[in-house]
Amino acid sequence: MIGHEPSLPDDWELVVGLEVHVELATKTKLFCGCANQFSSEPNTNVCPTCLGLPGSLPVLNGQAVAFAMTLGRALGCEVRPSVMARKNYFYPDMAKDFQTTQYDQPTNVDGELRLADGSVVGIERAHIEEDAGKTSHVGGGGRIGDANYSLVDYNRAGVPLVEIVSRPEIRSVEQARAYVSELRNILLAIGVSDARMEEGSLRVDANVSVRPTGSQELRTRCEIKNINSIRSMGRAIEYEAKRHVDLYASGESPHQETRHWDEDGGRTTPGRSKEDAEDYRYFQEPDLVPLVPTAEEVAAIDEQLPMLPAQRRHRLTQLAPNSADAATIVVERGQDDLVVAAVAAGADAERLLTRVQNDLAVDDWTKVDAEGLAALIGMETAGELTATQTKQVLAELVNHGGDPRTIAEALGFEAMSDDALAGLVDGLIADHPDEWNRFVAGDEGERRKMQGFFTGQIMKATQGQADGRAVADLLNGRAG
Amino acid sequence: MTALELAAEVRSGQRRAVDVLEEYLTRIDTHEASIHAFNEVTTDLARQQAQAVDDDVQAGRDPGPLAGVPVAFKDNMCTRGIPTTCSSRILENWRPPYDATVVQKVRAAGAITIGKTNLDEFAMGSSTENSAFGPTRNPLDLSRVPGGSSGGSAAAVAAGFAALALGSDTGGSIRQPAAFCGLVGMKPTYGAVSRYGLVAFGSSLDQIGPFAANVADAAALYEVIGGHDPLDSTSIPDLAPTVLDSIDRGVEGLRIGIVRELSGGAGSVEGIRSDVVDRVQAAAVALEAAGATVEEVSVPSTTLGLSAYYLVAPAEASSNLSRYDGVRYGLRVDAATTGEMNAATRTEGFGTEVKRRIMLGTYALSAGYYDAFYGKSLKVRTLMLQEFAAVYQRFDLLLTPTAPTTAFPLGERTADPMTMYVNDVCTIPSNLIGHPAISVPFGVGHDGLPVGVQVLGPALSEALIFRAAATLEAAAEMDR
Repeated sequence: MIGHEPSLPDDWELVVGLEVHVELATKTKLFCGCANQFSSEPNTNVCPTCLGLPGSLPVLNGQAVAFAMTLGRALGCEVRPSVMARKNYFYPDMAKDFQTTQYDQPTNVDGELRLADGSVVGIERAHIEEDAGKTSHVGGGGRIGDANYSLVDYNRAGVPLVEIVSRPEIRSVEQARAYVSELRNILLAIGVSDARMEEGSLRVDANVSVRPTGSQELRTRCEIKNINSIRSMGRAIEYEAKRHVDLYASGESPHQETRHWDEDGGRTTPGRSKEDAEDYRYFQEPDLVPLVPTAEEVAAIDEQLPMLPAQRRHRLTQLAPNSADAATIVVERGQDDLVVAAVAAGADAERLLTRVQNDLAVDDWTKVDAEGLAALIGMETAGELTATQTKQVLAELVNHGGDPRTIAEALGFEAMSDDALAGLVDGLIADHPDEWNRFVAGDEGERRKMQGFFTGQIMKATQGQADGRAVADLLNGRAG
Repeated sequence: MTALELAAEVRSGQRRAVDVLEEYLTRIDTHEASIHAFNEVTTDLARQQAQAVDDDVQAGRDPGPLAGVPVAFKDNMCTRGIPTTCSSRILENWRPPYDATVVQKVRAAGAITIGKTNLDEFAMGSSTENSAFGPTRNPLDLSRVPGGSSGGSAAAVAAGFAALALGSDTGGSIRQPAAFCGLVGMKPTYGAVSRYGLVAFGSSLDQIGPFAANVADAAALYEVIGGHDPLDSTSIPDLAPTVLDSIDRGVEGLRIGIVRELSGGAGSVEGIRSDVVDRVQAAAVALEAAGATVEEVSVPSTTLGLSAYYLVAPAEASSNLSRYDGVRYGLRVDAATTGEMNAATRTEGFGTEVKRRIMLGTYALSAGYYDAFYGKSLKVRTLMLQEFAAVYQRFDLLLTPTAPTTAFPLGERTADPMTMYVNDVCTIPSNLIGHPAISVPFGVGHDGLPVGVQVLGPALSEALIFRAAATLEAAAEMDR
C-alpha cells in the first residue's frame, strides 16, 4: 500500500468525504422474500416485487431495518423516525425505474467514526436503500454505448444496503484508508455485513476537492466512482486531488461531476457533469409506512451492541499505554481477547503486546491459550528465555500447543544465568583488547560498531540464545 | 335476482353454477359487441370454475359466500396467466405470473371469474373513452359514456354480463361510473382492501371496491375483499370488514351533513346540475324521514381538492409508470440505444391522457417546483384531513352528489381535459383523505338517466355508510 502518486504540494490541503455502500447480510431482500444471494444462477432469486412487475408492492424487511439501526448506533448516530423515498431515474437494472431509498428523513444521522490514530471523522447519515440488478454488456466495445446487447441479472435487485455518508473531514489518503478499514472492522464486529470490497459487498465512492492549506472553504468536488479496493481508493484520491491542484495552478477550476476511476490507466475520466445530472424527483414512497423506532427499541439495540474496535483498542492501551500501534494491529487481528486474558493471568502487558504483534502474525492461533502465553512471557521477563528462544517456543505453541516450559526444555533451552553470561563477556573482552579499547574510547559510531561486534561474538558462542539487551548492559557496565 | 340470492341457490344445490354461467355468457354473446365492457371474457376459466363450484356442492363442501356468482375484474388487477392490460398498448398481451390478493379472495369465496373489463388507460379518465382498445358504452343509453375509469366493470354489471364487479377508485373511478350506470359503487377506507396486484396509478389514493346492482350485494363483495394483507404495507392491521349484519339498522338518530361546497347552491363549486342537486335534496328528505337529522355544513377545503388531486395523482403516476420501459415485459419498440428504445416504447405504448399526466406529474415533482406543486398539494391533504376531522365531531356522515351531471354523450368532453377533470370534484376528497364513500342510485335527472348520491363517512365507517346507503335504496324503491 505504498502510494506512488506524487503527494500534494504543501500549500494545498486535501478534502475528502466518503460514501460507502454496504450490503446487509440478511437472509432475504429488502422488500420481498427472495433470497439475498446474488451469486446464484442469474434471475433465479426474483419475484414480482423485485422484478418491479405491475401491481407488486414492497414489504420492508424488519431484519434489514434492525441491522441498519445497529450500524447507526455503532457509529454513534441518532436513530430517528424515518421514511422511505423514491429516487426516479431510468436504468435497465432498476426494475421499477426508481430506487427506493431514504432522502430527507434517513434512519441514522450525526454519528462519528473514531480512527485508530485518534482522529475523528463525522458521519452525516447512514440510510437504508435497495441495490440494483447487475448489467453485463456483451459484444462490441463491452460498454453500454457500444455493446451488441446487454443482459440484466436481477438477483441483486432489492438487496438491502446501507449508505454511510461521511462529512468532508478526511484530510489524507492514509486517513481515508483508515476510515474504510475502521468501518469494515465495525461492520464485522456487529455482524451486519461481510464487508468484502473485492466482492462488492462494500463499495466506496470518494468526493474529492482541494483547498489552500489553512482555508476553511469547500471547493468544487468531484465524485469518484468505480473504486474496487482500498489501494485503488488511495490512488484515485491522489490522482484526483493532483488534477484539481493542476487545474487551479493553470487558472482553471474543476467542474462538479461524477468521474470514473480507470484502474489500468491510473486516472479518473469524466462521467456525468452537474449540468446534465438527472433530476431524481424524490418523493416519499407511498407504498411504505414511516419507520418510528421507539426509545425502547433503540435501548435494546444499544444493549446488544458488542464491544467495538475503538473500545477494544482502548482496553489494550489502558493495560499497555506505550503500545498503541501494537494495540491497533492486535485488535484488527482479533487477538485482543487473548491478550487481555494473558495479562489477567500475569503477563507483562507491554512485553506481551510487542510479542503478539511481532510474533503472532499467523492466521490460526487457536492452539495458543492465555495461560500458556502468560507463562511464556513470564519466562522471558524473568530472563529464563532469550527473545529468540521465546519466539521459538511461541512458534511451537502456535503449531502444536502445550506447556511452554516443557517445550523450552525439550528444545534444550536452559536458562542462561546472568553469571554465565557475564563470564562469557569478560572472556571476550580479554581476548579482544583492541576492539574493547575502541568500544570504550571511540565516538558514538565506533562504540555502536564495537557493541555489534561483541554481541555478535556472544551470539555465536551461545548459538543465539543470549539476550542482546543483557549483553549490551554488561558491556556498558564494564566500560564504566 | 340479487347476487346473494343467486349464491344461496347455488350453495343449496337449487341451481347449478354452470347453468347460471351460461345465462351470463349468452347475454355477453348477444350484447357485448355494442357495449364493449370487456377486454377479455374468460369463458374457459369461468366454465372450469363453475364446474368446480358444482362439484363442491355435490360433495357437500361449501364453495363460499359468493358461490357461482359471476364477477368481472377491472383489467388493472393482476390475474395469473390472463392478460392484464390496463387498456394500454404498452401492456397488451402481458400475462402476470400472479393473482392480485382481491382476485384470490373473490375466487376463494366461490365466485366465477367471468372476464377483465375495459377502463381508461391505466385508470386515467372519467369516461372509459381513454382505452387503447376503444370506448365502453353505457348499457342504459349506448350514445353515452358509462363513466370511468372503471366504466367496463360498471357496464358489465348494468348489462347483466356479471352479477358483481370490482373496480379501482383513485379519484372517483368506482363511484362516478356506478352513478352513471345506476349501480351501487363503493370506495373503502384507504388500507381496508389490499392493493397487492392492482396496477398502481396513484398509490396513496388507489383503493379497490365493489360494484353491484344493490347495496347488500356490494356489502357482501366488500366483506369478501376487505381485511389485512401482509403483502400490502399500507393495509390496515386486524381489520374485520363486517358490514352486512348491521346493514338494516337504518339511520335513526344519525347526524348527516350536506356539504355546502358540493351542493350546487351559494358557495358551491360551479357546474353541479340543478336536477342532480334536486336528487341530493330528495335523498336528504328521505334520510330525515328515516329518523336522521340533516343540515348543511361547510367544508371549505373541498374546493381545493381538484387542484391537489391533479398534482398528487399524476406525480405518483409519473413514478409508477416509469417501469414501462420496454426492458422486461410488455411492448418494446427497438432503437439504437437503450434510452432511445425506452423513449420509442413509451411514445408508442402510452395514449395521450397517460402522457399528459406523466408530464404533469414529472413537472410537479421537479427540482425547484416540488414545493410550489407537489409540496403544496400535500398541505392541502393535511388541511382537508383536519377540516373533515372537525366536521365529523358534529356529524356522523356527509351527503353530496356523486357526479355533477348524469352520464354524458361520448365525445362530448374528450377535447378539453379540464371539463373531464371537473367530473371528479365530488368524489376526489375521499381519496385525498383516505375515507370511505359510497354512491347509491337515487332517481333520475331531467334526461331520464340515473343520478347517484354519495354518502361519505370517516375512516373505517364502512358499516355506517352501508346502513345509510341501504336506507336510501329502500326510499328510492318506495319512490318508484
